[in-house]
Amino acid sequence: MSTQKTSLTESESWQHEILGALKRSSVEIIAYVPDAGHAVAINAANEDPDTIAVSCTTEEEGIAICAGAHLGGKRAALLMQSSGVGNCINMLSLISACRFPFLALVTMRGEWAEFNPWQSPMGLVTEKSLGLMGVQCFRAEHPEDVLTQLEGASASAFSGDQACALILGQRLIGRKTWVE
Amino acid sequence: MSRLKRRDAVTRLLEMRKDALVITGLGTPGYDVMAAGDHDSNFYLWGAMGGAAMVGLGLALSQPERPVLVFTGDGEQLMGMGGLATIGVAKPDNLVIIVLNNEYYGETGMQRSHAGRGVDLVAVAAACGLENSRRITDYVGIKELCVNMHQRAGAIYAEIMIDAHEPRRVLPPRDGVFVKNRFRRSLGFASI
Repeated sequence: MSTQKTSLTESESWQHEILGALKRSSVEIIAYVPDAGHAVAINAANEDPDTIAVSCTTEEEGIAICAGAHLGGKRAALLMQSSGVGNCINMLSLISACRFPFLALVTMRGEWAEFNPWQSPMGLVTEKSLGLMGVQCFRAEHPEDVLTQLEGASASAFSGDQACALILGQRLIGRKTWVE
Repeated sequence: MSRLKRRDAVTRLLEMRKDALVITGLGTPGYDVMAAGDHDSNFYLWGAMGGAAMVGLGLALSQPERPVLVFTGDGEQLMGMGGLATIGVAKPDNLVIIVLNNEYYGETGMQRSHAGRGVDLVAVAAACGLENSRRITDYVGIKELCVNMHQRAGAIYAEIMIDAHEPRRVLPPRDGVFVKNRFRRSLGFASI
């Protein structure tokens, strides 16, 4: 078996700003399914005494957790990978039918310099799938776009009661090194 | 194994709800809760199967001082089985998952569920770290749960063995936006 290692050779400073930006948007609960592109934010959320980090076994759990958090008066966000979007389809009807505010940060696979062909089928339809279920997608391709797009997605979600996803492009995240 | 009447069991629990917040899964558990009386602090799912316990988790984390009761069926909880692991790790001490287990998918024509074919959800919940997992087969167990659900002494998984009789449907409101806003208003939150 080849050694898997994640190489974040491109500018990764944006990764260190995600949790702070979410907290500035008053997000207190972060549900996540791990992804290398979210690793910094997930670690920071788990270590932050003011943030409740919830590790999910599948992405659809996170959607329902975000809805429940809103019922209880707290803001939540979901960190996930593009391959998980397919797991979410029916659960997104909860968001749509009740017009829950919803904010997901989705790291992309299967769209740029992808080594694993199994990632491409879902990566190619990630935004389309979200769109079909009424989720508005905001995209960041460059480090300098991330915070602006996140702030826009967050404002639309929590002030506008919309379902929003920030798509973090694979080029932004960088190549995954599979074999040393 | 003795089995309880679902409406009796749910009504007795809700008579003792005090300040508890209530989530229901889709199908008959929602009708049972509605039959016991609509309430501003009830949120009824009409779809999103598998999600009720996770809505309950999000609510329990955001309202840690209030007991959160999730009423669902064995079929829905089987679809959301991974969520028991998520609850076991998150360890909300105020979350009570109440599974009405008739061992059938009632809403779709009484097909036998996995819970009626040897799958033990109480054991699954316990293995996931919900130390307060129990199977309830009599009203002594219901009485105990009425007390335990207010103690906030750790997440509870309570499976109530009910007979397969399907009582008359009492439909909860299915306008999700209305129910959401009503629920939030009961906690003092305004809509946008």
